Amino acid sequence: MAQTETTPDTTPPAPEPRRPPSAGAVLARALRGNLRQYGMLVALGLIVVLFQFWTDGILLQPLNITNLIQQNGYILILAIGMMIVIIAGHIDLSVGSLAAFVGAAAAVMTVEHHLPWPVAVAAALLIGALAGAWQGFWIAFLGIPSFIVTLAGMLLFRGGTQILLQGQSVAPFPKGFQNISSGFLPEVGPSTDYHNLTLLLGLAVLAVAILQEVRGRRRAASYGLEPLPAGLFLAKLAAITAAVVAFTLLLASYHGVPIVLLVLGVLLVGFGYVMRNSILGRHTYAVGGNEAAARLSGVKSKRVVFLAFVNMGVLAALAGLVFAARLNAGTPQAGINFELEAIAAAFIGGASASGGVGTVLGALTGGLVLGVLNNGMSLVGVGTDYQQVIKGLVLLAAVGFDVYNKRKAGT
Amino acid sequence: MARPVLEMRSISKTFPGVKALSEVNLTVAAGEVHALCGENGAGKSTLMKVLSGVHPYGSYDGEIRFEGEPCRFRDIRSSEQRGIVIIHQELALVPYLSVAENIFLGNEHATRGFISWRRTLTHAAALIRQVGLDESPHTRIADLGVGKQQLVEIAKALAKKVKLLILDEPTAALNDEDSRKLLDLILALKAQGVSCILISHKLNEIARVADAVTVLRDGRTVETLAVGSEGVCEELIIRGMVGRDLEHRYPERTPEIGEVAFEIEDWTVLHPIDQRRKVVDGVSLNVRRGEIVGVAGLMGAGRTELAMSVFGRSYGRWTGGRVRLHGREIRTRTVPEAIGHGIAYVTEDRKQLGLDLDDDISRNITLSSLGKVARRGWVDRHEEARVAESFRQSMNIKAPSVFTRTGKLSGGNQQKVVLSKWIFAEPEVLILDEPTRGIDVGAKAEIYTVVADLAARGATVLLISSELPELLGLCDRIYAMAEGRITGELSRAEATQESLMRLMTMSAASPDKQV
Repeated sequence: MAQTETTPDTTPPAPEPRRPPSAGAVLARALRGNLRQYGMLVALGLIVVLFQFWTDGILLQPLNITNLIQQNGYILILAIGMMIVIIAGHIDLSVGSLAAFVGAAAAVMTVEHHLPWPVAVAAALLIGALAGAWQGFWIAFLGIPSFIVTLAGMLLFRGGTQILLQGQSVAPFPKGFQNISSGFLPEVGPSTDYHNLTLLLGLAVLAVAILQEVRGRRRAASYGLEPLPAGLFLAKLAAITAAVVAFTLLLASYHGVPIVLLVLGVLLVGFGYVMRNSILGRHTYAVGGNEAAARLSGVKSKRVVFLAFVNMGVLAALAGLVFAARLNAGTPQAGINFELEAIAAAFIGGASASGGVGTVLGALTGGLVLGVLNNGMSLVGVGTDYQQVIKGLVLLAAVGFDVYNKRKAGT
Repeated sequence: MARPVLEMRSISKTFPGVKALSEVNLTVAAGEVHALCGENGAGKSTLMKVLSGVHPYGSYDGEIRFEGEPCRFRDIRSSEQRGIVIIHQELALVPYLSVAENIFLGNEHATRGFISWRRTLTHAAALIRQVGLDESPHTRIADLGVGKQQLVEIAKALAKKVKLLILDEPTAALNDEDSRKLLDLILALKAQGVSCILISHKLNEIARVADAVTVLRDGRTVETLAVGSEGVCEELIIRGMVGRDLEHRYPERTPEIGEVAFEIEDWTVLHPIDQRRKVVDGVSLNVRRGEIVGVAGLMGAGRTELAMSVFGRSYGRWTGGRVRLHGREIRTRTVPEAIGHGIAYVTEDRKQLGLDLDDDISRNITLSSLGKVARRGWVDRHEEARVAESFRQSMNIKAPSVFTRTGKLSGGNQQKVVLSKWIFAEPEVLILDEPTRGIDVGAKAEIYTVVADLAARGATVLLISSELPELLGLCDRIYAMAEGRITGELSRAEATQESLMRLMTMSAASPDKQV
């Protein structure tokens, strides 16, 4: 690579000798710098603690945690895809209808035509990809605003669902299919009071998480970044350990890890890695952040947008399968307002309305904030009327807070 | 001189860090057309913003008298009430409203909040006749060409009972035919007693309609010249416009110039919307290995459009022309194709076209060549950070770390990030478009060194710049462009600010009048 030696006319002033900053100052700065990243995680933690207190401990009971995951799995899956679409600078209003359509298709295939369920799942994901490609084509290559194209898609797929099901629910699914939503990892090994595979999985997750943290800290130092002071770093590791151990024990003391959680885990790690480290992921951020600049840097922006919608289609299909499996039926009314929940999750989780900003972890965090609010408020006995009011205010507050902070920071 | 209608006395205006105007004087006689000349950034627009109240009273020093009375404009509305109307280069019309609605926008004929269509349409029809616009008052603005839109703007000004009309490069976006009509209209309005300030780069235009010329340079009034019956002395205007101090040190270069590496032949580009306009018209130029070749030109000369069109047809509609690299014709129809052939274009507009301001330094630097820090589609973030860090040091980008968002950097440092991005791409041909616009003196000097270094390593550099001293200080050869055409080519030895400015102000319509 071409390196250029420059002899600047002006030498920068020598840095003042600094005292090592206090732990509090470092923590405050780290929080400020990554407000989008950590702010919502902290908020999620607070909400959990609050409802744990209000519900007299019901919220964090193993049964309820398992329910929470299974109830919100499909929204979280949608939120991941939606986050990527929003990062690319677009929006998708059709995902609820598409999820319903795919669920209906799966029901028709397995229940009416008796196709083996794995074949139906593969076909359903393919349908999702095709639907995404259809919308992506209009948006990316013909330049029609995604709001319009996916609004049309919302009607198209909803209508398609009703045509496919002829207004009736189609049920029940084969057992294997139902497990997508209600299944757990199998019991293996000696009988303990806990679910063995879950314990092993938790241990593995913990090991990987700690390894990553240690590597990250070492690298930060090599980039000339100020690493967290050792004390804080150890505290962070302890917090991670405590969280993973507690969560693992919670799940392991009930039926173990739900299949949905496994799917979500794979999606989180996979998409998180793709968005951070793949050229395609990078190009997605660049296109959403400044499309003109990305294009002038040689990014094939149309292709990037097209693929974001194909991916959204596949994830909408997956969410549709999970939802159908949970309901154990394909119904014409499935997936109504899912798109709004997914969009809200993405924005609560730190997406920017102008694109270019957001993380997969943020999408999950935002989705969980909504999920815990739903679940907690139901447990406390808040009616769905007030629940909606509160969720609306939370969305407004989260994004408003974000905008306020951005303005204060200057651009 | 006739009774002055406008007197601006010792106007000074400071922006944070920059003195845009200092002690500028401008006097316009009643019923005259007064031209305002100066290089890009000489302070013409700022002066007009002071006059029209965009920069309100109190934000500048000095005195404005209009029709003998002192003026303290708070905003555009208050200056328009006195009859001072400015028409900007980017027209302020609403495309989907009719001509009549636009003419009276914000100034409606209304009774208790309800528009009187009868009065609106009669008055509009009269104004449309007055400006010589051959259209119905019901026509939508979007259906008119730029030339006619310009006339609507003037009709709008007349509706406000304009006494002093300010036109900011009114013919820059017009073809010859429309330009001629517009200039005729200015003369017609003058006969009706409307005074006019005309900002223009085109000396033949000034010679045709103006009674006097004021030349600005670096925020100061250089001189005011009367235009006699035999026309203005163009030499004087040119000398007034240039003569900027050679304030910067330029790196010493002993260029080792090789064979012709990069050639553009007969390149022609049409305006993306108005396809009758040739924005770039049959341009041919070449650059040798190790050579820095400049492209001089004023606003609207078509330099950026040429560069962007060559770089993956990123501007307008290409209608002809070839690009050769080492004598072989290459395709540059898309940006990836152009990059693939080793061409890099460093944009003049770093915020809109150069950077993702939401993203950090490292990711901006690697964006155009992510493949170089990736294996099989996966970015090695460690390698990426290492690369970015080496650029941060070698380019002296002042930022806490390579993970700082580029939106937080100063202009000079942002420019260094954009430059790093393209140096990292290791281009054979580097097209720099106004690489030092709006950045401080220190950063400028650093960028000059980097550019000189690249050429010394055998890169081929095409440098587009509006700063003549910069071109003279860095380039081995300079082309001048005006109205989409190359109007001349000068070697380093031949080129002076005056000789370049003469070529830059040469009008395509009447080349014989100049030189």
